[in-house]
Amino acid sequence: MRDAAGMAVTELAAAIASGELSAVEVTRATLARIAARDGVTHAYLHVDSEGALQAAAQVDRARAQGEKLGVLAGVPIGIKDCMCTRGLPTTCASKILEGYVPPYDAHVVERVRAAGGVIVGKLNMDEFAMGSSNENSAYGTARNPWDSARTPGGSSGGAAAATAEGLAGATLGSDTGGSVRQPASYCGVTAIKPTYGRVSRYGLIAFASSLDQVGPIARNVRDAARMLGVIAGHDPRDATSVTRPVDDYEAECGKDVRGLRVGVVKGATDRGCDPAVVEAFARTQKQLTALGCELVEVELPHQEHALAVYYIIAPAEASSNLARFDGMRYGLRVNGDDLRDTYARTRGAGFGPEVKRRIMLGTYALSAGYYDAFYLKAQKVRTLIKRDFTQAFSRCDVLITPTAPTAAFKFGEKSGDPMSMYMQDIFTLPPSLAGIPAVSVPCGLSPDGLPIGLQICAPELEEKRLVRIGHAFETAIAWNHRPPRFS
Amino acid sequence: MAAPTITIDVVRHVAKLAALSLSPTEEETMCRELRAILASMAALEALDVSGVPPTFHAVAMHGGLRPDEVRDSFPRAELLAAAPAHEAGGFAVPKVMDGEG
Amino acid sequence: MAEYETVIGLEVHAQLTTKSKLFCGCSIEFGAPPNTHVCPVCLGLPGSLPVVNAGAVERAMRAALALGCTVREHSVFARKNYFYPDLAKNYQISQYELPLNENGRLVVEVEGTTREVIIQRIHLEEDAAKNIHGAGSGESTLVDYNRAGTALMEIVSGPDLRSSSEAEEYLKRLREILMCLGVNDGNLEEGSFRCDANVSIRPVGQKKLGTRCELKNINSFRFVRKAIDYEVARQITVVSGGGTIRQETRTWNETQGKTLPMRSKEEAMDYRYFPDPDLPALAVTPEAIEAARAALPELPEAKRARYLAELGLTAADASVLTGHPEIARYFEASVAALLARANKLTRDAAGKRVANFVQSEVLRYAKADGLRVELPVTSDHVAELLALVESGEISGKQAKSVLADVMASGKSPAKVVAEQGLSQVSDTAAIEAAAREVLAANAPNVALYKAGKTNVMGFFVGQVMKAMKGAGNPRLVNEVLQKLLSEAP
Ligand SMILES: [Mg+2]
Ligand SMILES: [Zn+2]
Repeated sequence: MRDAAGMAVTELAAAIASGELSAVEVTRATLARIAARDGVTHAYLHVDSEGALQAAAQVDRARAQGEKLGVLAGVPIGIKDCMCTRGLPTTCASKILEGYVPPYDAHVVERVRAAGGVIVGKLNMDEFAMGSSNENSAYGTARNPWDSARTPGGSSGGAAAATAEGLAGATLGSDTGGSVRQPASYCGVTAIKPTYGRVSRYGLIAFASSLDQVGPIARNVRDAARMLGVIAGHDPRDATSVTRPVDDYEAECGKDVRGLRVGVVKGATDRGCDPAVVEAFARTQKQLTALGCELVEVELPHQEHALAVYYIIAPAEASSNLARFDGMRYGLRVNGDDLRDTYARTRGAGFGPEVKRRIMLGTYALSAGYYDAFYLKAQKVRTLIKRDFTQAFSRCDVLITPTAPTAAFKFGEKSGDPMSMYMQDIFTLPPSLAGIPAVSVPCGLSPDGLPIGLQICAPELEEKRLVRIGHAFETAIAWNHRPPRFS
Repeated sequence: MAAPTITIDVVRHVAKLAALSLSPTEEETMCRELRAILASMAALEALDVSGVPPTFHAVAMHGGLRPDEVRDSFPRAELLAAAPAHEAGGFAVPKVMDGEG
Repeated sequence: MAEYETVIGLEVHAQLTTKSKLFCGCSIEFGAPPNTHVCPVCLGLPGSLPVVNAGAVERAMRAALALGCTVREHSVFARKNYFYPDLAKNYQISQYELPLNENGRLVVEVEGTTREVIIQRIHLEEDAAKNIHGAGSGESTLVDYNRAGTALMEIVSGPDLRSSSEAEEYLKRLREILMCLGVNDGNLEEGSFRCDANVSIRPVGQKKLGTRCELKNINSFRFVRKAIDYEVARQITVVSGGGTIRQETRTWNETQGKTLPMRSKEEAMDYRYFPDPDLPALAVTPEAIEAARAALPELPEAKRARYLAELGLTAADASVLTGHPEIARYFEASVAALLARANKLTRDAAGKRVANFVQSEVLRYAKADGLRVELPVTSDHVAELLALVESGEISGKQAKSVLADVMASGKSPAKVVAEQGLSQVSDTAAIEAAAREVLAANAPNVALYKAGKTNVMGFFVGQVMKAMKGAGNPRLVNEVLQKLLSEAP
């Protein structure tokens, strides 16, 4: 029997559908692998063995009865702990939600279940998705399967690590300013951040509502495309959900990319990139040319402001979104002298330092006298950033940058200085602010043997292009590297 | 934007608005870090955005409306079970003074 | 001592008559057990999102158009951030910079003077939960989120009112209009129509507004007057004593008959409004606006004018009958039915007859529950009863007892009259016989009458009616008596 825990999503689904493997044995293999490996990797905050085995048995029963199976039937899926799962703890890796069990499923969780996916458990993350290293988890950091002294990235670090190490067939992360792409890059896997509104946010615990999107993390582009196809689509419970029909993403795999115009952002790697990243990015351009793509230089003149704009908008929205965690209706309560004191103590004890920092920053940016100077101005500069992309896409079909300026760094390396940590997101922030889709695919290894990621961006709702070029590139470079501990 | 000076008093005021208790050490750290973060945003100040509309929503959209239909509410017991304290079907919270808020 | 002018602006929170809440599908039914109309959205559970109720938008728009407002094609929902247990998310979704409706007006008239009140804005927002004090054991307050998220429209007037009577009149007219449109049930006890008043004073002739105090918790028309009158007197005392008014929020305490400052906050509120990123701009098409405008019903003001002109009612009668949409509808149906039965009646006469009867008899038994009114008899029965009076079959006095029987049995007035043999005696011979007996038995009074004291006529009529057990046709009794008395000797 093949090792089910290492197989691709599409292969697993096919093997289960054909009866070569049973969903229960696939789930058992995955749970066994989690038991063996997750002590070190700590990708999971909660493993639901019982629920997973039940769901798997249901798939096997359905198959035995000749029912039509969903596209994820029997595939073990991990869910980042910021998406609500009915009956399963959902904590956002925060003390303030310790033990919280939501009474409903997020839209994406419903979709995964409806497609026959077997939800294995909830994945580690930076608290409330704020962070780029997983060091902000209140329940201990997830580790990079390539090197356990290094970060898996963040905030969807647990999701990327679990995917890389085969602790799930694929996972769902969330991306506000790069939170699926950057960890995917650090862990050598693929992640798609869809167009804002392509995937419903219903049941995704909000960090910054105008930026948050759920995105799949998978071990190859085809798997990511299948996952995106499952979760994308209109949901009337999210007023920002896009109504346009969903494309057949998987059908883009294997299509020709000859003649595709690839925009290379001028001076992209000038700003604090590691030499290994600069080199990998240069190599990538040659490989794309070899595939028949046409490289064009494009400019994003306002990109340099993305960091400032993001660190005003996201904390401002977060300060309001996180106000509901006050110890009154759910979650932690620390009793104080009176109501106000109880609020302050609950939140003081329940939130970690990075969350407090962003709540403070955001509250300040919205407070009387500063709204115009900070929040409103940032939203105007956001317009300029968005216009840059519109301009650029008049000259190219997709646009590339490195996903992150470095490969996975060591724990503690940046945790003393918020600004240096924030710099990890310089490439992923602009597409987030513009609302456009982007994928991160592995594009090689550093001399230290760590994966490096390539970010590809497309215009609004053109996720198809990302799949087409991502798949062609992945095939061309024959990416099949797995973390040392994988097999 | 007017170069903002973050002082301990500003930190305390903002913490109060945010209903966040901070230890004296946290206040100091916050003061230093907020200053550094805001200083890094200085370049925005110089940028001319006159005539540029804000982008509150990244993708142009009109909110779909919901028909005025009653849906089932959630079972009370399940909702109350998640609460730190509840009594007689209500969420129990520290005594609320009239006129607060 | 300087003379002061009172300046009042009102903020009305009117609950919309939708079936479900503003941002979720929970029912807004009043009086359900605590926390039984609650879901992740209105309880602010992590991950939940708001979606705007189309019915609420349509109703707010209808109100706005009736009040002459401009409806904005793109309006914006914003978050008003503050911590309080009745606010599930610790922010209220409201409209701030770009409200749905702006710039309307309402004219009110008090003691012959008219006052044009500008409606600055009408915006949509969600209601808060209910804090139940003293119900929990120990020091706890219990929170019931059933009301949380109910659709409200906030109607903000300019500082245009000059007295508590004007304020009360404004509220009454506004409530009538909203009820007539069917967008608000006007139920003050259940809090469907609530009001905050901004009150200030200034020396007569001064243009600049004085410092205002916001009065909260005024939940009846009577309190509005009392609270404003108290507050104006208080402010005048402070200012004439050389003091200054502090801008603050005060609450009306009915037991003490005073406005009292609400627990003052150590610092001013900073709500940190910003556009709600969960809700794209609310778009209303010009076609939708025009459709809503075209569908507006006749408003109370126009109805009153029509009742005066077409039906000859007094202003006071017209006011009562147009005060509730169901009563107006009932009144008009009764008039139409009466005209159909008594075709010799003029519209004018029919209007007056119905107006009198409905006001003095029917409305006594009416039970109003918001927009629904329970009336004791149908408008057809009212018409039938008045037609019986008109034809002389029964007397006006008998009509009242017939009404009581109709109410009790549900039978038609004609049936009651027939069953109880109440038909008036219009037989002149019978009346004449009774009248002769009365006159014969009261010779001294007959002498008085002949001496010119014609007011003893009333006495004779009464006696004849008594003799006939109330069944005589009063008009005929009069005629017969007059004839007999003019006969010699
Ligand atoms: Mg309001
Ligand atoms: Zn609800």
